Amino acid sequence: MTSDVQIPSAMPLYTDDDVVRVRAQVRQFAVEIGLSLVDQTKVVTAASELARNTLRHAGGGEARLQILQRENMRGLHLAFSDRGPGIADIGLAMTDGYTSGGGLGLGLGGAKRLVDEFELTTEVGKGTTVVIIKWKRF
Amino acid sequence: MSQPSSNILADVINKYEAELTNDWKRTLTQVSVGTGLESELAQLCTQFLPLFSRAVQRAAQENINSTEWDEARNLLAEFSRLRARQGFTPTQTAMFIFSLKQPLFSLFRREFATQPAELADATWLSNTLLDQLGLFTVEVFQQSRDQIISRQQQELLELSTPVVKLWQNILALPLIGTLDSSRTQVVMESLLQKIIETGAAIAIIDITGVPTVDTLVAQHLLKTVAAARLMGADCIISGIRPQIAQTIVHLGVDLEDVITKATLADAFVVALQRTGATLSPTLKA
Repeated sequence: MTSDVQIPSAMPLYTDDDVVRVRAQVRQFAVEIGLSLVDQTKVVTAASELARNTLRHAGGGEARLQILQRENMRGLHLAFSDRGPGIADIGLAMTDGYTSGGGLGLGLGGAKRLVDEFELTTEVGKGTTVVIIKWKRF
Repeated sequence: MSQPSSNILADVINKYEAELTNDWKRTLTQVSVGTGLESELAQLCTQFLPLFSRAVQRAAQENINSTEWDEARNLLAEFSRLRARQGFTPTQTAMFIFSLKQPLFSLFRREFATQPAELADATWLSNTLLDQLGLFTVEVFQQSRDQIISRQQQELLELSTPVVKLWQNILALPLIGTLDSSRTQVVMESLLQKIIETGAAIAIIDITGVPTVDTLVAQHLLKTVAAARLMGADCIISGIRPQIAQTIVHLGVDLEDVITKATLADAFVVALQRTGATLSPTLKA
């Protein structure tokens, strides 16, 4: 049981309905690895924020979901990538209350606080990828 | 100069119409075993063949979109729509047309045994036409499915936003399911409308049935509360479960200006107090 991952399933993110589908799939995986109800809700909410960002700021992209298996830990690994305009100032984008899309400006920072690992890679003009991991607590 | 292949095709169909109809019905029975609609299909075969041969004869091009094909297309469209509603698969629907090929082609082989050119022409023409017709049934099938789905979406939209009156001056809006932008718009409008109609002083928005409260949902809620407040009504948000509460805190959403309660019952008590009603336990003798 040490070998790592399941094949990631890529899901398109181009409409509001896609966001709902990604959310439902994340919830299903979260239940599958045995996350508590609170952690399920947290990771689903984080996924919702990031999926919405992909849609709103880049016009669409894709989500890759996979279950991680490490020694005796299981986790949910989610990657949201787009080929949008990228983020010029990551620090500013992560600041609570700053928004470029008319929202509350809490999505990116909020998502980071809701998960265990958070990694944002972006290049202006090329696109953005956000990877989050939520581990199952024992 | 030989006859155009469309005339040859129509002649053969007319000449052997009864035989062809029977063969077709038999083929259909083989491919659609268990669907229990043999009599309906048989009737359709009898109706369709004359329309088909007439259209072939009259139409100049190998294109089923011309007006000469209207009757045949209408019959097929009606059939496809019915099948879509009855829950058949697109394959089962298109098979009706495609199963005509085999009996038709064996008929050609017999009829044109010594005329390879005619055989090839008739086969090619009928193949082209039947393929188009088959695809047409699938297209109509797809369209009717889409219509069913969009109608259901519409119904869901209307069903999912009931504003109910709980008491004098107290409204409740139990939200269920996903709050995306279009639904929230409907929710907000129906709540504000109801506030006007009833002159309610307090509206309780219950989110027990909302599985995910992200910043977008929170923003929609805050906007609804703000709009209601402009109209002179206070809002209470109820149904905040422990996991939702923790998530909202981590997200950093500020709900401090809004009265929130864990359950609809708690919110109702607050609302009653606010509107001046008093709750007192009944003493049993």
